[in-house]
Amino acid sequence: MALTGVQIYKFLPKTNCKECGFPTCLSFAMKLAQRSTELSACPYVSDEAKQNLEAASKPPIRLITVGTGKKKIEVGNEVVLFRHEKTFVHQTGIVYRIKDSDADPVAKAKEAASYTIERVGIDMSIDGIAVQNDSGDAAKFAKCAADIKAAVDVALILISSDTAALKAALEVIGDDKPLIYAATVDNAEAMIELAKEYSCPLAIYGNGLEEVAGLTEQATKAGLEDLVIDPATRGYCDSLTALTQLRRLAIKKSFSLLGYPVITFPGEGAESADDEAMLAGMHIAKYSSIIVLDNFLPAIVYPLLTTRLNIYTDPQKPIQMAAGVYPLGEPTPDSCLCVTTNFSLTYFSIAGELESSGFPSWLLVCDTEGLSVLTAWAAGKFEAERIAKAIKDFKVADSISHKKIILPGGVSILKGELEDELPDWEILIGPREAMAIGSYLKQNWS
Amino acid sequence: MPPVEIPTEKWSGQVHQVTLGSNGRKSVTVGGETTLPYLHFDGSIPNKTAVAVEIQDMAPADWSPSLLSAWGDAVNDPAAWAKKAVEYGAEVLLLSLKSAHPDEGNTGVAEAKAVTDKVLSAVDIPLIVLGPGVADKDNEVLPAVSETARGQRIAIGNCEEKNYRTVVAVCIADGHVAIPCSPVDLNLAKQLNILLTDAGLPLDAILMDPTTGALGYGLEYTYSVMERLRLAGLGGDKMTSMPFINNVGEDVWKQKEAKVAQGLPESWGDLKQRAIVWEEITATTLLQAGSNLLVLRHPSSVEKVAAAIAKLMG
Repeated sequence: MALTGVQIYKFLPKTNCKECGFPTCLSFAMKLAQRSTELSACPYVSDEAKQNLEAASKPPIRLITVGTGKKKIEVGNEVVLFRHEKTFVHQTGIVYRIKDSDADPVAKAKEAASYTIERVGIDMSIDGIAVQNDSGDAAKFAKCAADIKAAVDVALILISSDTAALKAALEVIGDDKPLIYAATVDNAEAMIELAKEYSCPLAIYGNGLEEVAGLTEQATKAGLEDLVIDPATRGYCDSLTALTQLRRLAIKKSFSLLGYPVITFPGEGAESADDEAMLAGMHIAKYSSIIVLDNFLPAIVYPLLTTRLNIYTDPQKPIQMAAGVYPLGEPTPDSCLCVTTNFSLTYFSIAGELESSGFPSWLLVCDTEGLSVLTAWAAGKFEAERIAKAIKDFKVADSISHKKIILPGGVSILKGELEDELPDWEILIGPREAMAIGSYLKQNWS
Repeated sequence: MPPVEIPTEKWSGQVHQVTLGSNGRKSVTVGGETTLPYLHFDGSIPNKTAVAVEIQDMAPADWSPSLLSAWGDAVNDPAAWAKKAVEYGAEVLLLSLKSAHPDEGNTGVAEAKAVTDKVLSAVDIPLIVLGPGVADKDNEVLPAVSETARGQRIAIGNCEEKNYRTVVAVCIADGHVAIPCSPVDLNLAKQLNILLTDAGLPLDAILMDPTTGALGYGLEYTYSVMERLRLAGLGGDKMTSMPFINNVGEDVWKQKEAKVAQGLPESWGDLKQRAIVWEEITATTLLQAGSNLLVLRHPSSVEKVAAAIAKLMG
C-alpha cells in the first residue's frame, strides 16, 4: 500500500518554499501520494527521506521483461486484487514447455510460436517457449536453445538445475534476455552470478513463501532486481492459496521481498490436458504472471487465450467491433438486415443468435463508442441520424435488394425518426432480446 | 529466512446456506462460506460448489452434435435422461421446461406436472425446475410444478420482476427455493433479493442467478458482478449474500465454439474437445468468482469440473 499524503509529509522539509510548484509541503505530499508528481521536484528533501519514500513508492509488484523482441513478455506492476477495482494491467504470459530430449523440439516450438487466432479483431498468440534441460547434456541443451531461438521470435525461458548447462545456453542466446529458471536453496549463489553475468531475469523457486523471501533477499543483496517467483505450489488448492497470499502481500502490505511476478506450472498439477486447461484458467484469473503449459492443443490454447483476453480487459474500456456491415451465415440480397451497436458483447449476442437462427442475415454495426444498445441510446449515441448515415457510409444498398431494416426492440422508439431519415425504407421492430431473434424471424421474415 | 506474515481477511458477513432436497430425497447444501472462494486459510468453507446437470422436457432440436451424442437416446425420455445424468455424476438435476415455450409446443400445467412427477420418481437427487422464461407461461406452469413437488424442497426459476410474486408465493407455500435472475447488474440483483425477502421468502431459500456469459461471450461481466456481490455480502450486506447458481451449459452450448466443426480455421482445434473445454473453463473460472452451483450439460465437463472442485476443497 502506498503511503498516504500525511505519512509522506513527515519526510518533507516542511518549509513551504513552493519550489516544487505546489503552495505547501502538505499539498506536495498529497500529490506524491496520488503519484501525480515526482519526489525529484523537491530540491530540499534529505537523503534519508528519499530512501524511505522511494521504497514506499516502488510498484508493489516489480515490472519484469523476458525477451527483447516485439513479442517480449512484460509482467508485474499490478495494483489491485480484483479487476473491477480498476483493471488488471499486464496480461499473463503464456509459455509452452519443450524438452531438449524431445523428438523434434524446433518443430514443436515453431508450431506453438506461430499459432495465432483472432477474436474481436484482436490477434492472439502465446508469448514464449520454455526449453528444459532433460537430456542432462549441456551442449545438447545449448544447441536446442539456439536452434529454437533461430526458429521463433517469442520470449524464452531456460529451465535447468545445472548451472554449467545454463551457462552454455546463455553463451549462445543470452542476448535474448531469457528467464533463467531457477535459483533454489541448493544453487542460489551460482544462479545469481549467472543472472548478473548475462543480465537476465532470474526465477526463484522456494518451498513456501518464507523460503522464497529468503532467496529473493539474497538475490537483491547481490544486486539483482529482476526476479520472478515460484512458490512451488502445483495443485489447485495450494496454488490458489499461494497466489492470493502473494498478491495480498504485495498490494496490501507492500511486502517488497515477495513483490515480484509469479510463474506457475499448471501442467505439473494436472491429470489430463483438460485438467491443465482448467488449472491454467484459474491461474490466469487469480494472479499468475506467467503460466507454462505442457500440452499444446489448439482446442485448449484458444479457450485459454480467450480467458486471458476476458480477465485482462479493462472494465472501463470494453472491447469494440469495427463499424460496418457483417454477413452472417452466407446471406443473399434477399436476406434480412438487422442493425445494432459496436459493443463487442452486443455484437456477439445478436450475431450468435442470428447465426443459429437458420436465417442468413446482414448485420449493420453502428459506431456507438463501444456502448450497448440501451446505453448508447440513452447517451444519444444510437439514434436515427447515425443509423441512416451508417447505411449510406457502408453502402448497405449494394448488398441487399430490399429496403427493410430490423431495429432492436429496446429502441423501437426510434422508428418514427428513422422513417423520417429513410422515407423509402420499412422500419421493422425486432425483439428486445437477441435470444428471441430466431423466433421473430420465423414469424416475420419469410 | 525472513518472516512472512500472511495477510488474512476477517469478514463480518457470510454466504447464506441453502439446502435442496428433503423428506427422503437426498439433500445438497451450498453456501455458508465465511470468506472468498476456496481460500481455506482465511475462513471456513463448509460446502463445496455443487454440480448440476441440465435435462430438458423434450429432445433438444438444436444441440451441438457432440453434446447430443454424449447423451444418445436418453434425450427422448426425461426419466431416462435423469437417470443417465445421475450415472454421469450429477449431484443435482435441472429440468428445463422448454416445451412450455409458446414457440416450442406451448404445453401447460398438465404436462409440467407430469414431467416433474416423472423426474422426481426417476431419481433421488435434488431437483431444480426452470420455466420457459416467458412471464405468463412461467406463472402458469411453475405453480403446478411447485405443488406437485411440495415437501421435496426443489428450486424454482427464473424469478424476475414480472413474475416473482407468483414464484415467491408458491415457494413459501410449498417449501421450495426461488431463483431470482438479474441481468449482470449488482443493483438489480440486490433489489430482486429485497423484493423476494420482503414478500416473505426466508434468506435460506434463495439462489441468485446473475446471468452467465460464456467464455468469450460475457464471462468477465458475470465474473466481476459476482465478485462485487460476494464482496458486498462478506462485508455484511445480507441482501447480496445468497449463494450463486450459474447456468453455464445453456450459454456455452449456444456459441459457435461449441457447435461448429466445418469452415473454421485450424487454429480453432477439434470441435469435441474445444466445446467441452469451453464449458469446463467457463465453469472453473466462475468457481473463482464464487459460484455455488454450476449447471453443466456435457458428461465430460461434469466429471472434470467435479474433480477440480474436489481438489479445491483441499
